[in-house]
Amino acid sequence: MSLPTTDEILDDLAFFDSWEERYKYIIDLGKALPAFPAELQTPDRLVKGCQSNVWLEIAGDNERIEFLVDSDAVIVKGLLVLVLAAYNNKSAQQILAFDIDAYFKQLDLERHISPTRGNGLKSIVARINSIAKAALA
Amino acid sequence: MSFNPAEIKKQFPILQRQIDGNPLVYLDNAATTQKPQAVLDALSHYYTHCNSNVHRGAHTLADEATRLYEAAREKVARFINAYDKKEVIWTAGTTEAINIVANGAKQLLKSGDEVIVTEMEHHANLVTWQQVCKISGASLKVAPITDDGELDVAAFQKLLNGNTRLVAMPHISNALGTINPLHELIPMAKSVNALVLVDGAQGIAHGDVDVQALGCDFYAFSGHKIFAPTGIGVLWGKAEILSDWPVWQTGGEMISVVTYDSATWGELPNRLEAGTPNIAGAVGLGAAIDWFSGLDLEAVKAHEQLLMQKAVELSTGVDGLIIKGNAPHKIGVFSFIIEGTHPADIGFLLDKQGIAIRTGDHCAQPLMKRLGVPGTARASFSIYNTVEDVEALFKALQKVKMMLM
Repeated sequence: MSLPTTDEILDDLAFFDSWEERYKYIIDLGKALPAFPAELQTPDRLVKGCQSNVWLEIAGDNERIEFLVDSDAVIVKGLLVLVLAAYNNKSAQQILAFDIDAYFKQLDLERHISPTRGNGLKSIVARINSIAKAALA
Repeated sequence: MSFNPAEIKKQFPILQRQIDGNPLVYLDNAATTQKPQAVLDALSHYYTHCNSNVHRGAHTLADEATRLYEAAREKVARFINAYDKKEVIWTAGTTEAINIVANGAKQLLKSGDEVIVTEMEHHANLVTWQQVCKISGASLKVAPITDDGELDVAAFQKLLNGNTRLVAMPHISNALGTINPLHELIPMAKSVNALVLVDGAQGIAHGDVDVQALGCDFYAFSGHKIFAPTGIGVLWGKAEILSDWPVWQTGGEMISVVTYDSATWGELPNRLEAGTPNIAGAVGLGAAIDWFSGLDLEAVKAHEQLLMQKAVELSTGVDGLIIKGNAPHKIGVFSFIIEGTHPADIGFLLDKQGIAIRTGDHCAQPLMKRLGVPGTARASFSIYNTVEDVEALFKALQKVKMMLM
């Protein structure tokens, strides 16, 4: 599947009235995320949160970095799709220039990036940024 | 005495809160309990009227604070039936209490000695002993559990031998709720002259703790699991052991005579209590014990069992729900998975409906591995929970299933 863009996601989410619809949408995004090959679920690819595991693999080059992600929790997978919409297939410079905090604010995802939600969202953003920084170094 | 959970609930201001427009249903009591107005008042009264440092200061406030603080120690001593109040050592919580014992053990144990823990340990009572063994050269033995989450008593007994120096085990498992048969296990450990430490974090509010009847050497617990503030806990230990136990932190309050070359230690309990203590916390714990002791504790236990029965009964209506921990003797800890879902997803979607539970490995990673799950969802009940709370949990779980499946 091709991932939705950040604009598509923001449009879709704005359409829903209830939290149930919003999260059903996120869950469906998570379910539609292509399966991550089991052999890639290795400790070095793990971005560990306290409550669920997140795996990250990179491909492509500095001009177009491709991210493969997976999680054992489906809501986290859906949230990862929201993150990937911002970062996938972008150049290292585009990645570093993206204002993720503003995007999260628009998504109204405060709860997900709060310190108690050990779901790795913040860690994955940090990991993606450090990959982009390393690519430019 | 009568016992009415709905009336009790009214004494907990936080339970009147709403979460995302839903009334809060707080089912994370194994993590921490909420505080009744009586405890909030005691804290407020202490800081408003009596705040002072204890055991020094030539003034009225110091006298009053010391009196309140030492009265709290006496309340704890009576509550757990200590031989003497000097056996009650204030700590930051269960973890620090266990570490005081571990700190001494690592100096006293040597290669060839054995320490026994169980497969149901919280990391606080596992990692500590693992590290003690690493440093001292002693070996760590792990007593297995059954698939139902009960300690395998025969296997435990087999691990005991003349080299067993210390047995550390939970009174009640935090992840599964299993109540360990301490009255059976402690005499076994004592028959080989091992020291026995009981991790009472979950036991203190559920277990009729009587340290003399138990016959253990150390009992550790946290105030916040029994309606008191966080940051206060207790290490109880037999006076004859604690009076020679290697000191924990050094500094003020715990000394007798100090020169530039040396220092001698004070008497119990001071020798294990360096620095200014958590005075307000101790006062709060005293108030919590007063409040809790005023309840009909048999009725409290019966109520918790009723909630548990209700949960088990309603769980049969949820396809794919598997309860983790089916010991015949357990407290109101309802740990479960739902096939095809992840506990984190369950916890998140319950929270959106105002239901607070805990998900994850419950600080017991080896136990989760033993159970073959990455973690569980855990609803844990307390005295202010009602049958309606349990019903709300299962109503919300149906929605969770609908959304995830």
